[in-house]
Amino acid sequence: VSAPVAIDAKMIETIIRHIPHCVDLGMRLVELGPDWATLALPYDARLVGDPDSGVLHGGAVTSVIDTVCGLAVMLARGQPAGMATLDLRIDYLRPATPGEELLARAECHKLTRNIAFVRGRAYHASQPGDTVAASAAVFMLEPADRPAKARP
Amino acid sequence: VILTDAIKAAKAGGDYSQIAAAIPYMRFLGVTARQDGLGLTCVLPAAPRFVGNPLLPAFHGGVVAGLMEATAILELLASIELDRVPKLINIAVDYLRPARVAETFAQATVTREGRRVADVGVEAWQDDRARPVAAARVHFLLV
Repeated sequence: VSAPVAIDAKMIETIIRHIPHCVDLGMRLVELGPDWATLALPYDARLVGDPDSGVLHGGAVTSVIDTVCGLAVMLARGQPAGMATLDLRIDYLRPATPGEELLARAECHKLTRNIAFVRGRAYHASQPGDTVAASAAVFMLEPADRPAKARP
Repeated sequence: VILTDAIKAAKAGGDYSQIAAAIPYMRFLGVTARQDGLGLTCVLPAAPRFVGNPLLPAFHGGVVAGLMEATAILELLASIELDRVPKLINIAVDYLRPARVAETFAQATVTREGRRVADVGVEAWQDDRARPVAAARVHFLLV
C-alpha cells in the first residue's frame, strides 16, 4: 500500500478541472481541510428547476453535494484514489435563493478500509447558518494502490 | 413558454417532452419523455459533458439523480392533478452500477399520493431494464 500523500488545493483544483460535469457547472474549490472541503456552485439560469420562481433544480444541488462529498473522502484518505457513491440522501430544507451562489461543504466523519461515511450541507454565504440542503452519503472505496478501473 | 401552459398542453396531448422543454434544468440535461404502453419513460442523451468519473468514464451521480428527479416530477404531473412543479422535500439515491456514457432511461411510480405529500420511486437503466444503474425514492410537497 502506497503511503498517504498530502492532498493540497492545487491537486483538488486539478481533479475538478478534469471532471467535465463539474467544469460545465462552473464548480470551484473554496476551502479545504484534513477531511472536509467546500465547493461553490455559481447561480446559473440553465440550472433552474422552476421557471416561475427561478429556484435551482435539485439535480444541480445534488451534483455539487455529490462532488464535494467525494473530495472530502479523498482528503480523509490522503489519496486521490477512486470511489463509487453507494447511496446519497439529500433533504431540501429550503429553496436555494435565486441569483445567489451556492456553497456546499462536506466532511468525511468515518473512514474504514472499504467504506467512507460523509455528511454535507449546502448554504449561501449571505446566510451561512440557514441550511438549504443537508446530506448523508456512503462511498465504497477502491483500494488505494490500484487505480479506479472499469468493472465488467 | 409559460410553464402552466406547457403542463396543460402536455396533459391534453400526452407529450411530456413539452414540460421538459419548459424547465431550464431539464433542457440543460436534454431530457425527453415518451409515453407508451409501459407508461412515461424519460431519456437522457449520451453526452460526454455529463461525465463525473473520467477514469471509467461514467456519468456524474448528480446527473443521474437529476434525471430521476425530473422523471419523478413528470410522472407526478402526468398522473395527478397538479398544475405546477411540486416542491422537492428529499431524495435518496442508491447507485447500483456505474452509469456509462450511454443513453439512460428512467421510469417513476407514484407509491403514495397524499393530500400534501407524494412518495415516488424511480429506476434508471441503460441497455438492460433488468440491470438498473440507480434507484431513488423522492418525496414531494404538493401544497
